[in-house]
Amino acid sequence: MVTTALDTRRARRIAEQVPDPELPMLTLADLGVLREVSLASDGTVVASLTPTYSGCPAMAEMRAGVAARLREAGYARVEIRTVLDPPWSSDWITADGRRKLAEHGIAPPGTAPARATGPVPLVLSPPRRSVPCPRCGHPDTEETSRFGATSCKSLWRCLGCREPFEYVKEI
Amino acid sequence: MSDDHVYMTLAEGHEDDTRWAYGTGFEDPLHGVDTAVPDGVDAGELAALCVTLADDALVSAQRLAEWTTRAPELEEEVALANIGLDLLGQARLLYSRAGQTDGTGRDEDAYAYFRDAGDFRNVRLAELPGGDFAFSIVRLLVFSSWRLAHFERLTAHRDPVLAAIAAKGVKELAYHRQYAAEWAVRLGDGTEESHRRMRRAQEQVAPYLGELFTAYDVRDEVVAVLRQVSEAAGLPMPVYRPLPGSGRAGEHTEHLAPLLAELQGIARAHPEATW
Repeated sequence: MVTTALDTRRARRIAEQVPDPELPMLTLADLGVLREVSLASDGTVVASLTPTYSGCPAMAEMRAGVAARLREAGYARVEIRTVLDPPWSSDWITADGRRKLAEHGIAPPGTAPARATGPVPLVLSPPRRSVPCPRCGHPDTEETSRFGATSCKSLWRCLGCREPFEYVKEI
Repeated sequence: MSDDHVYMTLAEGHEDDTRWAYGTGFEDPLHGVDTAVPDGVDAGELAALCVTLADDALVSAQRLAEWTTRAPELEEEVALANIGLDLLGQARLLYSRAGQTDGTGRDEDAYAYFRDAGDFRNVRLAELPGGDFAFSIVRLLVFSSWRLAHFERLTAHRDPVLAAIAAKGVKELAYHRQYAAEWAVRLGDGTEESHRRMRRAQEQVAPYLGELFTAYDVRDEVVAVLRQVSEAAGLPMPVYRPLPGSGRAGEHTEHLAPLLAELQGIARAHPEATW
């Protein structure tokens, strides 16, 4: 049905525009956590979200945000589903999302390490990654802590402009 | 969002189920996940396994959170709190899965807040008091190495929900182990004092290693990782001296009950409260 297809597309567009509570410059679509939006035969909008990290405290806020926006847009019945598989990867942050992060002084992630099956090797001296400063573009930067203000970010410092900045971790 | 006061703002908006990381009675973290138990999977065994893994994570998260405002550097405080938060998230998912499969329909709060020490199945290693930073690092190294190896195996579990929780956890635990391993090398290969404290921490942890290796055969893999770190840190391998009893059977040290009293106090004083 044409109306259903149109309606689904509209619902998807509305859900896609919900901002992330902790990285508000990104929409949930930019972040790659909105997995699917569909319309059930009884008119219920079913939106599927995946958490970035198991302990991400923003998950409830994301669910509530998507449900509230869809209701405001006239969808009376909304169902939010959690999808755990496959687990979220920072590779799912869109090109647009990466650009917005950089514009806001947060360095976007590189490519997540490929996970082969079997034991996860421990590398004690991982090769130094080159993360250009998102403020001044200086190539010489260093990690100050692998854990930052939210689960998905680490703390870095630029050796050029001396400013600290955040970096979205590859996962 | 009318109030400028941060806590007032967070407390607003309960009508539309907006919630932050406070209180009890959260929406099920597995909300909307297909909860069927596949044929051939023993639901009781699955639930017991989930509770065991969740108890390890919850108790560890509580000990890690105790470093908040007390860590040697702000960066380390943030790191330890973040690691605890990941584990707390894993615990929430695992308790929810346990409640779906053990026939009781309990929610995560029932497991976390309304069971007593004897009902907990965490390893005693997790409940030992914080000690110094070296002790926390040695414990975290052992615990995250074991949990990472165990979760890696669980990604192939026949229960798709547990397998998915494990797959997510593997990525997080790899970061935890990396953090602990790098600090172990830095402290072991650091000053005389930091080396001495690492040796002492290894002694303190040694009696509790055996409890970890009951399910799945990940012992060799974990020992290989610990050997790799010990060699780089200039530390001996911890000597395994088993202690009678097991947290896996509900036999705990005297340290678990006070930890739970602090963790559960408010939820028990105000059951069903949300804020």
